[in-house]
Amino acid sequence: MASTSGTIPTTGRYRLLGHPADLAGHLSTLGPVPLPSGSRGWREAFVSMLESSGLAGRGGGGFPTAIKLAVAHAAGSGGTIVVNGMEGEPSSDKDKLLLMRSPHLVLDGAQLMAAACGARSVVVCVPEGRDQVASAVSTAMAERTGAGCAPVHEVLVRPPDRFVAGEESALTRWVEARQSLPSFRPDKGTALKIGRKGALVHNAETLAHVAMIARKGPDAFRAHGLVEDPGTSLVTISGAVRHPGVVEVDRGTPLIDIVNRSTPDGPPQALLVGGYGGAWVSPAHFTTPYASLPLRAIGATAGVGIVIALGQEACGLMESARIAHYMAGESAGQCGPCVYGLPAIAGDVTRLARGDIDPGLRARLDRRLAEVMGRGACRHPDGAVNMVRSALGVFASDASSHALGEPCAHWNNRSQLRFPPPVAAARR
Amino acid sequence: MIRILVDPVACDAYGYCAELLPEAISLDEWGYPVVDGKPLPADLAEAAKRAVRDCPRRAITLRERKGSR
Repeated sequence: MASTSGTIPTTGRYRLLGHPADLAGHLSTLGPVPLPSGSRGWREAFVSMLESSGLAGRGGGGFPTAIKLAVAHAAGSGGTIVVNGMEGEPSSDKDKLLLMRSPHLVLDGAQLMAAACGARSVVVCVPEGRDQVASAVSTAMAERTGAGCAPVHEVLVRPPDRFVAGEESALTRWVEARQSLPSFRPDKGTALKIGRKGALVHNAETLAHVAMIARKGPDAFRAHGLVEDPGTSLVTISGAVRHPGVVEVDRGTPLIDIVNRSTPDGPPQALLVGGYGGAWVSPAHFTTPYASLPLRAIGATAGVGIVIALGQEACGLMESARIAHYMAGESAGQCGPCVYGLPAIAGDVTRLARGDIDPGLRARLDRRLAEVMGRGACRHPDGAVNMVRSALGVFASDASSHALGEPCAHWNNRSQLRFPPPVAAARR
Repeated sequence: MIRILVDPVACDAYGYCAELLPEAISLDEWGYPVVDGKPLPADLAEAAKRAVRDCPRRAITLRERKGSR
């Protein structure tokens, strides 16, 4: 969290950051939210604007926002807009920053979505413990209510601060029944519910984009990024860099250009893109554009907007083992393959990094990775499996020398990654 | 075409399903079912229904597969 002070300002007409945090400043800089004023055809115009903007979710899934809205609209009116400010990835700060610096932009986006699908309430989720963020949001809500900027009732709730708590079905279930557990949903395309009514969950950044697009129009958004993956994205940069923090980049910016904005300590050995459920990227792919399709082509994903630089003085396998242990500890504890599989995988990666003599190790690890993949109710185990698989590829030469009983020189170095204090895990 | 779905939240690794339908379901090293995902031959439909019925956790459901996924 401390690194949010390292924000690097961006320039250009379309941007999410850098606007006043208070309502008066927000409205005088950006103008009023174009909410419907009884005018016919508002909804159609809004939906077509969202469609032509090409906005896709910034919370990890990358699903087209207009389609998600259509599904929620079909589920009927009277539902809930859930603002996902959970940001469970330990290396992500962008949603905290956005909710602290531009809370009104996020809330405007939620109000627009509420108007477009006839929702009756807006629920903003900020985890327990993040009091600075929560207080910024509640201050903003009070200002809005007083000024009549919240036609749909806005409320702040505080789910537990856990990795999977932000998974959308876990979030709707928490709002409904105070249980922070993902649900088994074989048909992920169907609308989520809170009570009998539909629930539309959007990442905080996605909603900020919605509010900007509604004001500036889809072309201002499309002026940034790629034709097939337009707009800007908030990315949190950390690891072996001098100035960790959040930057706003155009989609399609080469990975290395993103990292360079935080001044790496030296040429990175690898990048972890997309967070702890993301993928390692080797130097051969450092020029890959930060966009869904090019990242998918190298086995990565934009995830929630995280780029971590791994310095030369680190063991990528040991760092991966630490992540795998962390992910194992963050399982919701519901599904056997996740509960038993992730600790087993983490143990195997640790043994590999340490150079333990264990001839069956690699085959066992590969089998476990294949078996755990896709067998949880949510994608938590899949993220961990993908991360480990990418590590075995990117750090392949390390893996083979470690398998011969040679640990690397850096395996016992202090981690370059961020993990929450163990207290957070013990509290569960 | 029938598709076997295991609800991993409900499943408690009793393992009856793999015993009743070994042609399509195996168990991982912790005893949780792994469905092979291949189309289920028609002559196994009865055994599949029995696996659904006999699961103490009601974790298995059968679905008509629409297209391939």
